Amino acid sequence: MPDQFFWGMEVFANGLMTGVLYSLVALGFVLIFKASGIFNFSQGVMALFAALTLVGIMEGRVPFAHLINATFGTNVHTFGWTVPAFAAILLTMVVMVALAWAVNQFIFRHLVGQAPIILFMATIGLAYFLEGVGDIMWGSDIKDLDVGLPQGINETIDEATFNLLGYGFFIDNLDIAATLVAVLLVIALVLFAQYTKYGRAMRAVADDHQAALSVGISLKFIWIMVWSLAGFVALVAGIIWGTKSGVQFSLSLIALKALPVLMLGGFTSIPGAIVGGLIIGVGEKMFEFLIGPMVGGATENWFAYVLALIVLVFRPQGLFGEKIIERV
Amino acid sequence: MLDTKGDEGFVTEDGRRIGGVVMEMRNITLRFGGVVAIQDISFDIREGEIRAIIGPNGAGKSSMLNVISGFYKPQEGEVWYKGEKRPPMKPYQVARQGIARTFQNIALFDGMTVLDNVMTGRIRHMTSQLLSQAIWKGKAEREEVENRAKVERIIDFLEIQHIRKTPVGRLPYGLKKRVELARALAAEPSILLLDEPMAGMNVEEKEDMSRFILDLNDEFGTTIALIEHDMGVVMDLSDRVVVMDYGKKIGDGSPSEVRQNQAVIDAYLGVAHD
Repeated sequence: MPDQFFWGMEVFANGLMTGVLYSLVALGFVLIFKASGIFNFSQGVMALFAALTLVGIMEGRVPFAHLINATFGTNVHTFGWTVPAFAAILLTMVVMVALAWAVNQFIFRHLVGQAPIILFMATIGLAYFLEGVGDIMWGSDIKDLDVGLPQGINETIDEATFNLLGYGFFIDNLDIAATLVAVLLVIALVLFAQYTKYGRAMRAVADDHQAALSVGISLKFIWIMVWSLAGFVALVAGIIWGTKSGVQFSLSLIALKALPVLMLGGFTSIPGAIVGGLIIGVGEKMFEFLIGPMVGGATENWFAYVLALIVLVFRPQGLFGEKIIERV
Repeated sequence: MLDTKGDEGFVTEDGRRIGGVVMEMRNITLRFGGVVAIQDISFDIREGEIRAIIGPNGAGKSSMLNVISGFYKPQEGEVWYKGEKRPPMKPYQVARQGIARTFQNIALFDGMTVLDNVMTGRIRHMTSQLLSQAIWKGKAEREEVENRAKVERIIDFLEIQHIRKTPVGRLPYGLKKRVELARALAAEPSILLLDEPMAGMNVEEKEDMSRFILDLNDEFGTTIALIEHDMGVVMDLSDRVVVMDYGKKIGDGSPSEVRQNQAVIDAYLGVAHD
């Protein structure tokens, strides 16, 4: 039976890695929700859009090539150059900041003070709009993304565990890299939020708009900054997912998996998003491994939501959310 | 119109020196739809003084404070600040110019500690840019340390050292009011606006707050404009008083002058003492 046990361990480890990716998407949600009370349904599409743009820039594709060719009868597809990954990532970040500015300028600036459900609807609209723009800009074919992240089985772990335990663990290098990146990102975000002027201003805006204004904080600036940060997180998530399974439009669906992560972790907690993601990642893999065969499999599709429902019943604010206190 | 050039101020009845005009409201009118909240009011605020705006409920006092701090935009009239006419501004821009305020129903950052709350008050003095902040070294770090020192001094001054690391949401009302005052004071404002600083306080807390207001005016020379319901407190604290009723100014002068003003007695004191 030890093989069965090790197999389970391996599933556990892989679950952790999947969880890291859920966490990354959830993190983007939390950032925007905390600072502006907007539940940003388009976070997943932002990840897709960022990945599409990154590939487009790296491969030197002409944006809106289809549209241009159809309108002017030309036949352009690429500029004929390629851009190194690092520069392309920087350029993509510039695009994401511009997107953050546009989102604030054309949508949310006009919706200040509206009910949360209206803001939520606006982000649904934004999600589909952005998906459409991504399609027109870069085309809907599945694109390979390689920014130089290591991929494939990690031989060292495989050999070490085989020699030690007699069972070689299969861990993907990409998963290890993703975990490292996610950990660094979270540490950086927490330090930024806790110990810098802008981080403090961000938390201040999240707490009270009037008070934030009264100490000289520009809400517009903070909102654009937060959407840019969310754009950056989306870019990181997009790079990892894109490297793993190609940049394709189903990427936007990972946003839906972030929902149960948020219900579990709480909508306002950065650590909550991380732990929630890990619990869902491990939970759904282990459930599939242990219980799946008994109920006919395919439990990964619904397990996360059932878990989130159970948490909602007993702890509506999530495991890490700020406690909801009603004064009567 | 007030001639403020060469006006170096005066000495009050109880011997306090009051400086030149730092802010002047000229013929301010503010309407909400058909309701006139403020009607053609002019007055000034002088350096180093404690200026009170009083009046019965709904007189337009809070509206006036919101005009000064940029939260409301008057339909008519001009605001002059440090000898210059102030263009239309967003509240955060007004704050950066050195006008700090508190709120009647307390607006603090509940999730943050007392120290962090007060630190936000320093924002207008912190000039390092986003990228250097993100990397957090050199200038940004030095700036953080310098500002932290100033904040600690204010925390000491207002006697809230013992709750420095407590999240503000857990504090009782009286202490919250004090933290809000500390945050406003941390901005080292040219004018400190206090919206009902004693509202909802018990006698002891009111005495504490009065003492703090007088002390900080003494110690830092801060110019203070305050709105207050409690007549006794106002008369003891302030150097000059504006009295409002139904959006109009019905009196302006030293506390003793205002006390003898018949319109004021009718509108406010008379009612209150019946």
